[in-house]
Amino acid sequence: MSATGIGAAVRRKEDFRFITGSGQYTDDVVRPGETRAAFVRSPHARAKIKSLDASAAKKMPGVVAVLTGADLANDKIGNLICGWMIHSKDGTPMKMAPHPAIASGTVNHVGDAVAVVIGETLAQARDAAEKVKVDYEVLPAVVDPAKAQAAGAPQIHADIAKNTIYQWHLGDAKATAAAFAAAKHVTKLDIINNRLVPNAIEPRAALAEYDVGTDHMTLWNTSQNPHVARLVISAFVGMTPEHKLRVIAPDVGGGFGSKIFIYPEEVVCLWASRKVRRPVKWTAERSESFLTDAHGRDHVTHAELALDGQGKILALRAKTIANLGAYMSTFSSSVPTYLYGTLLSGQYDIPSIYCEVDAVYTNTAPVDAYRGAGRPEATFVVERLVEVSARQMGIEPAELRRRNFIKTFPHQTPVIMAYDAGDYHASLKKALEIADVKGFAKRKREAARHGKLRGLGFSTYIEACGIAPSQAVGSLGAGVGLWESAEVRVNPTGSVEVLTGSHSHGQGHETTFAQLVSERLGIPFENVSIVHGDTDKVQFGMGTYGSRSGAVGMSAIVKALDKVEAKAKKVAAFMLEAAEGDIEFKDGKFTVAGTDKSAAWGDVALNAYIAHKFTGAELEPGLKETSFYDPTNFTFPAGCHICEVEVDIDTGKTEIVNWTAVDDFGTVINPMIVEGQVHGGIAQGIGQALLEGAVYDKSGQLVTGSMMDYTMPRAHDLPSFHVGLTETKSPSNPLGIKGCGEAGAIAAPAAVINAITDAIGTENLAMPATANAVWSALQGAKPRQAA
Amino acid sequence: MPAVSMTVNGKAVTGDVEARTLLVQFLRENLRLTGTHVGCDTSQCGACVVHVDGIASKSCTLLALQCEGAKITTIEGLAEPGGALHPMQEAFRENHGLQCGYCTPGMIMAALDIVRRRGNDLDEHTIREQLDGNICRCTGYHNIVKAIAAGAKAMAKGGTRQAAE
Repeated sequence: MSATGIGAAVRRKEDFRFITGSGQYTDDVVRPGETRAAFVRSPHARAKIKSLDASAAKKMPGVVAVLTGADLANDKIGNLICGWMIHSKDGTPMKMAPHPAIASGTVNHVGDAVAVVIGETLAQARDAAEKVKVDYEVLPAVVDPAKAQAAGAPQIHADIAKNTIYQWHLGDAKATAAAFAAAKHVTKLDIINNRLVPNAIEPRAALAEYDVGTDHMTLWNTSQNPHVARLVISAFVGMTPEHKLRVIAPDVGGGFGSKIFIYPEEVVCLWASRKVRRPVKWTAERSESFLTDAHGRDHVTHAELALDGQGKILALRAKTIANLGAYMSTFSSSVPTYLYGTLLSGQYDIPSIYCEVDAVYTNTAPVDAYRGAGRPEATFVVERLVEVSARQMGIEPAELRRRNFIKTFPHQTPVIMAYDAGDYHASLKKALEIADVKGFAKRKREAARHGKLRGLGFSTYIEACGIAPSQAVGSLGAGVGLWESAEVRVNPTGSVEVLTGSHSHGQGHETTFAQLVSERLGIPFENVSIVHGDTDKVQFGMGTYGSRSGAVGMSAIVKALDKVEAKAKKVAAFMLEAAEGDIEFKDGKFTVAGTDKSAAWGDVALNAYIAHKFTGAELEPGLKETSFYDPTNFTFPAGCHICEVEVDIDTGKTEIVNWTAVDDFGTVINPMIVEGQVHGGIAQGIGQALLEGAVYDKSGQLVTGSMMDYTMPRAHDLPSFHVGLTETKSPSNPLGIKGCGEAGAIAAPAAVINAITDAIGTENLAMPATANAVWSALQGAKPRQAA
Repeated sequence: MPAVSMTVNGKAVTGDVEARTLLVQFLRENLRLTGTHVGCDTSQCGACVVHVDGIASKSCTLLALQCEGAKITTIEGLAEPGGALHPMQEAFRENHGLQCGYCTPGMIMAALDIVRRRGNDLDEHTIREQLDGNICRCTGYHNIVKAIAAGAKAMAKGGTRQAAE
C-alpha cells in the first residue's frame, strides 16, 4: 500500500478551502443584477386559498415582482413528481396528488408556498412578503398517520380516499401465518420510528439565472445530484429543454438525503428568473428549512417474531403505516417499501417473512429518504424484536443472534435481497472483545452503587446499498437507472481529470477517487483532479446517496481506467515498436515484456496527443475514456454495534459510556474517511434515539420548528467511538467495496434503545428516549406522547 | 442608511447598512467575506462565530452597527499573510475534523476561544462541554475534539501569535 493509494489514510485535498473559508457554497455565489426571493407561506396546515391580494406588496420599495400559484399555472409550469412507482396489493398504482411548486387552490402543510416576492434586496423582499394578503378558509387537518385512514378523517386530496397512497406488501403471507401458528414463542412490539428533520448545517439554496440572449438557464443549487435535478426540471416540470439548462451543485454543506429531492424553490427561482430577466437567489432560513425540507422516518409499526423453543427464528411479520406528508417527494414511495421491507431478514436465516405497508398523506411536510432511508426503520424493528425475544426467552442476546446468523453465502432472503458475502460471527466476536462485554456485569454493579443503572444493547445490522442495479430497481418501479458514470481525461502533460457523476458534500471524493486513480496509473496523487457537480462538465450522473459512490461511482472509474490503460498500451506499442500484446503496464511505466524497453506514463500521454508515432487510420489520437457502470447487485455492509449506557435513576438522563462499532464495508479506500462516516452516522442515530423528534400538534403546527425546540446532538451529548473493521469483499464490483455512509445511522438507534431498556428493565420506551421519557418509564408509567 | 466603520482582519472598512443588518450579513455581503456562514436563525449552530475584539461572538446575533469601531477577525484572517496556516487550521485537516466544511469556520474560531479561556492542554470533557454553541451534523464530533486538542497543543509549541486582533 503506498502512502496515497488504496487503504491509506490520506489527508483530504478539499480541506484547504474549507479550513480557510474559501469554499464556494450556493449562497456564496453572486451574479450581476441578482435579485432575492422571499416566499409567502401558509401558516395553516390545511386551508383553501379564498383570495390573494399582492397589490400592497407590489408597491413596496425594491419589489421587482410578486408571483403566485395562478401565475405559475398560467405559464404552464408542471408539477413536481415522485419518480418511483409503487403498486398496491390489488395492483392499483400509487395515488400521486398534484404538487405544484406554488399552491393555488389549497395549501396542505404549514409552510406550503402561496406566493413569492422578488426584491432588490432580501430585506425588501421579506418586508413585501409580509404585506401579501391571503384570505384562507381553514380546513380540518390530518396530522397523525395512525389516524389518517380512519373513517371520518378529512380527505386531504381529491380522489384519494382514506388519504391512502398505496397498500403494499412483500413476502409470503400464508407461509408466515403458518409459521406463527406453530411457534413456541411469539414476541410482539409496537414501534414508532420517530420523525426527524435532517438539518444539514447548510440550509437549502437556489440561484437561477436566465440568459436573455441565449434563452439558456443556469441553476446553482444545493443538490446531491445536479443531473437528476436537470432531468426532472426540464423533462417533468417542463421548465425548458434539457440542453438549455445547466445545473451546478458547488460546495454543498451536507445533504444526508435531504438535498436529493427536487423542491419547489429551485423550480420557482428558475421560472421567476426568466420572468423578471434577472438572476433570482433564494436561501432558506433555518425555520423555513424545518417547514419545507423533506423530513425522515415517521413509521408506525406492529411487528412480531416467531421462534421455536431453542430460539431459532421461524418467521417475522410487520404491519407499517408510513407517513409521506402532504405531497409525495421525489423518492418517497421507495423508502418504506423496497428500502425497508427487503431488509427485514436482518443478519438472520428467517424462513418466512411478510410485511405490509400503508403509505398515507397527512398535512405535514413531505417525508423522504434521510440517511439510511428505510434501513434504520427495518433494523430497529428486527433488532428490537431479537433483543426482546432474547430477554423473554432467557437467552443471552449475543447467543440468540449466533443461533440465527446466516452462515453460508450467497443467501437468498424471503424478501428479494440475496446477500452475497458476509461474516456476521466475525464482527460480533470482535465487537464483544472491544466492548469488554465480559466485564459488563462488574461495571453494572459498580454503577448501581452510585445510583446509576447500566445497560448494554446490541445492534447487529445489515443494509443494502451501493444503489443500484438499474434493471432490478426498474422492475420494482424506479423511474430511473441507478448506474454511475466516469470520464477519465488524460491531459497531454500526463495529469488526469476524472469527471464523475458522483457528488461530494462531505464524503471526500476529491481525495478518495484520486487515491484510486493515482495508485492504478502510478502517477502522483497531486496530479489527479476530480471534477463533479456541473452538468456542463460531467455529461450525466445519478449523484451521491444510498452509500453508492464507492461501490458504483468508483467502479465506473475503474472501468474507465481499464479503457484508458488499453488505449495507452496501444500508444506505447507504437512508440516502442512492439506488438500491443507485449506491452505491460505497472507503476506508471509501459514495458515491452521481457526487455528493458519502456516508456513513462507522461511520455505516452504526450504521444497520444501529439500523434506522431501512428496514423489516424491506425489509431485515433487522444486519451480519454468514459464508462457508465451499472452494478450487478446491491452491496451488503453489515456489522455489530454495542452501546453501553448509564441511566440516572433520579433524572432519567442517559449517558452513553461506551460505543463499539465493528463494521464490514468490504474494501476500504481511506480508513480515516470511513471512520468519519461511521462517527457521523452513529451521531445521527443517537440523535434519533435520544434527542430528536419532529412534533406537529393537533392542528398541524410544527412545534419543533427551530433548533431551540428540536434537539440537535451536540459534542457533549456524544461519546468518542471505538470503531473497528472486519472485511469480506463485495463480490459484485471490481474493488470489492460495500459502502459505509449510512451504516452508523442504520445501526445506532436500536443499540441505544436496547441498552436503555436493558438498564431500566422495561420495554415500554419510545424514541426519543429523553430524560423525561426514561424517567416516566422508570415510574412504570407509559411515556407521554408529545402533544 | 447609517454608516459603520470597523477593522476586519486588520483592514479598516466602512459601509452603509440598515439598522437591522446583522454583522454576518455585513461580512458576507458588503465585504464579500463568505467564509463565515449562516446555519440557523436561533443562534444555536455556531457556523457564524467570529472574534469581536478578541472574543468569540455569534455574528448572526450582533448588528453591524453594534460593531462600530470593533476589531473583527474572521476565518479568512487566520492564516499568515504569506499563506502558512494557523496551527488550529492545520489540526482540523490533519485530524479529519471536517467533512462538508460548512460548520468548520465557526468551529475553528470557537476552538481558538476555548484555548484563550482554558489554555493549551484541553481534555476531551472540557472540549465537548465548551462546544455547546457549535453544531456539526457530519462528523459526530469525534475528530473535531481530537483536532481541537491537537491544535491547542500545537499553538503552545509554535509560540504562535493569537488570531489577529
